[in-house]
Amino acid sequence: MPKLTIDGKEIEVEAGTNLIEAARRLGIEVPHYCYHPGLSIAGQCRLCMVDIEKAPRPTIACNTQATDGMVVHTETDRVKETRRSMMEFHLINHPLDCPVCDQAGECWLQIYYMKHGLYDPRMTDEKVHKPKAVPLGPHVMLDAERCILCSRCVRFCDEITGTGELGIFNRGDHSEIGLFPGRDLENNYSGNVVDICPVGALTDRDFRFQVRVWYLDTTKSICPGCARGCNVDVHVNRKRPHHAGGRRVARLKPRFNAAVNAWWICDVGRYGFGDVDADTRVTFPQRRTGGESADTDWDDALAAVADALRRYGPDEIAVLASPKQSNEDLFAIKRLCELRGISQVACRAPAPSTAADDDFLLRADRHPNTRGAELIGVGGDAAGILAAARAGRIKLLWVFEHDLLQPNWPAAETAQALDRVEMLVWSGTNGNATSARAHRVLPLAAWVERDGTFTNFLGRVQRFRAAVQPLGEALAGWDVVGRVLATLGAPAIGSRAEHWFRELAKSMAAFGGLTYQMIGDGGAMVAGAAPTTAPEPPGRRARSTVTA
Amino acid sequence: MAELVLMRNFARANSHTLAVYREHGGYAAWDKAQQMEPAALVDTVKQSNLRGLGGAGFPTGAKWSFIPKNHTGPVYLVVNADEGEPGTFKDRYLLEKDPHALIEGMLIAARAIRSALGFVYVRGEYVQPWRRFSAAVKEAYDARLLGKGFDIVVHRGAGAYICGEETGLISSLEGKKGWPKVKPPFPAIKGAFAQPTIVNNVETLCCVPPIIDRGAAWFAGLGTKTQGGTRMYSVSGRVKQPAVYETSVSITLRQLIEQAGGMSHSGRLKAVVPGGGSAPILTADEIDVVMDVDGLKAAGSMIGSAGVIVLDESASIPEALMVLARFYAHESCGQCTPCRESTGWIYKMVHRIVEGHGRKDDLDTIIDVAKRGAGTTICAFYDGAVGPYISYIQKFRSEFETLCRS
Repeated sequence: MPKLTIDGKEIEVEAGTNLIEAARRLGIEVPHYCYHPGLSIAGQCRLCMVDIEKAPRPTIACNTQATDGMVVHTETDRVKETRRSMMEFHLINHPLDCPVCDQAGECWLQIYYMKHGLYDPRMTDEKVHKPKAVPLGPHVMLDAERCILCSRCVRFCDEITGTGELGIFNRGDHSEIGLFPGRDLENNYSGNVVDICPVGALTDRDFRFQVRVWYLDTTKSICPGCARGCNVDVHVNRKRPHHAGGRRVARLKPRFNAAVNAWWICDVGRYGFGDVDADTRVTFPQRRTGGESADTDWDDALAAVADALRRYGPDEIAVLASPKQSNEDLFAIKRLCELRGISQVACRAPAPSTAADDDFLLRADRHPNTRGAELIGVGGDAAGILAAARAGRIKLLWVFEHDLLQPNWPAAETAQALDRVEMLVWSGTNGNATSARAHRVLPLAAWVERDGTFTNFLGRVQRFRAAVQPLGEALAGWDVVGRVLATLGAPAIGSRAEHWFRELAKSMAAFGGLTYQMIGDGGAMVAGAAPTTAPEPPGRRARSTVTA
Repeated sequence: MAELVLMRNFARANSHTLAVYREHGGYAAWDKAQQMEPAALVDTVKQSNLRGLGGAGFPTGAKWSFIPKNHTGPVYLVVNADEGEPGTFKDRYLLEKDPHALIEGMLIAARAIRSALGFVYVRGEYVQPWRRFSAAVKEAYDARLLGKGFDIVVHRGAGAYICGEETGLISSLEGKKGWPKVKPPFPAIKGAFAQPTIVNNVETLCCVPPIIDRGAAWFAGLGTKTQGGTRMYSVSGRVKQPAVYETSVSITLRQLIEQAGGMSHSGRLKAVVPGGGSAPILTADEIDVVMDVDGLKAAGSMIGSAGVIVLDESASIPEALMVLARFYAHESCGQCTPCRESTGWIYKMVHRIVEGHGRKDDLDTIIDVAKRGAGTTICAFYDGAVGPYISYIQKFRSEFETLCRS
């Protein structure tokens, strides 16, 4: 392994490491635009120049691999002067429209100008004009004048998705990013080009003009969109609630995890958070008598549910948990079933028939915690419960999240089953046709409103964290079930998700030894599961040896 | 006049045909080369002091020796016939008048580097050269000179100057946008289709058969200490007989202008572009320079592709720079930021000066911008633009200042 010196500090890195990454490990930032660790080396922005001893002139760090004994300086006068020049070149044709640009505040032209530019502008001639506000696809908007032609987006579509929608057309300062004829940027990973665009050229059509980025807060989380469990940051707007029509979750951004999703997330997940602030949210406990539904309070709701659990025999009770729920929620349900001797507990409903694994991250199973449900022992199929209900054997049915009347179920049979249940309890985040028929509706906190863990399909347990307060009176699933358990006289477990996870780890071998601390930001494998790495991007798999 | 080596067949009727080429000793060098080991061929070319005649002047034998010895996959020979340097028109004549010399040179080079496939990348606008060369390739196949262990693919460019840069050419050949590639890796290690590749200019390869035929010492003796042979100078502008002239590389610029008949009409020499558009300009006082790679380097210019453009007193240097600046702004591939952005900017400034709206500090800005961008890009295109930007203004500053308002 080569050992080199950067700015007087020695470091040993794996062979093949370039100077940007080697410096990064020492906490030294070499400014760059076109380099991205997930993409091939382009070497075209020319910003990442460093001085290497014995080299006649500054060299680009991105395309220089560390070698043994190399002595690198990142802050010599001529490196600084070169950076200043590169900043001027990047900006001479830039429209400098920061006040109306959505990227302002997270723009690397702004950041690097302040850090490495600060020259007096000399360009007095007419700038080059290019197309503005061009929709490239359903999610991405292009402003070609702001583009610095780093080609990251082009390389992403070539090397990661392998879809190749984008190219750089024309030459010289008339070069511009664009779509190949007849193409749209509509692959399921298109949103990532916005993330990797260092400037305001590619903006997110969903997010743009919603809120200024400096009003956003970031919380580490896990995408609940499928069984992969991509690591994300949830960006929420708490400081300017009057912006964006009251929408709290402004956007999701991928969070790097080499073991799961690398730098990327899919568009299904990225734009799948709409339920959180939707009008369908249930925010207060409700009771329905006859056709009339009325808000009530938790005391009344919990007493009613506990009473029903006492009233009916274990064989007359069934619980339909959801693979959307966290490990903690499902463990609480498991505890409830154990306490009351309920054996009819299940999780799985027929998957929407259109869903399939895509060729990269997105899984056909659009639930974040199917594996967790299986490991906890509540993962069975719901068909038996419904059949029992139809046969009149179920008196109390507690449904979490599911809409049993969704098109993928035989609706008439389901309706028949629900009609025969004496007490239908439904708890979830967003109301649906099933909740509309429930005698009791218990509001659950959405995934961004609470802490918890999901277990992805490969057995990786990952934490998500509360980014915003729950709406109304909504509570986490484990909290609702925990309060019912308390009403039934069960010993208290605790008032935080972590308490429930600790109890889960104690009682289930698969989770044995895991704690929130060790799960940390990157997740931890359940017992017996092999370590994982993010899948090979399809664009790399498709590449022949010729261009490798 | 020195003996013609490269243009030896030009005057013959039907010099482009296999029959005429063979009749005057063609393919004898190839016969000889087939009896030689590849390493011996490389050594012979090294000893001949042949240097690349496309522009960079890199020693050809040394370049050939960069092919990794332990490589087991294909090796490609690529011929750069994308002649586009302003003021250069020598390869065109070779392709039209002596295409078999190139084929023979390719055969020998291919044996030296153990290549079984050669690509000839012909400038898109060169229709007649392409037809002639393609016909010659067909003749060579019919005569079984090709197809027995070495094949040639003729590829036409689409009109971009940057595709004459060797890695831009490779990108274009691979079916991609003609963007030069970041180095390392260099083409000899990982070139066309990710295989070791040697890119040689047409004229360079045409020198190879005579070297093998008559020996390295003979060829080296034709030139200077550091560069062997003769080369073809494309002389244009205000001379009596603009044309391609083949002479020893030891000729001076003054002698070359005289060979082209001297200045036309009563024009007095003002300046000379000695090595194609990208060469820094020389004033009338600077023409006693030896026209080889090192001679022009010492004079602060470059021999480049040996395109000699002679300007007399009627020429406006600011206008000449504007034409060139427009060329570079138009032909910059747009890949590297300094080149993409500043070629356009500098053109706008020079254009403004020529239009009478310039300021004297524009001249300093142009020079400063050019210096800041120099040496910072992937390929040599921008450095080729910087030479003219700086030298035209520095050597003829008063002419620019006269046009400036303030």
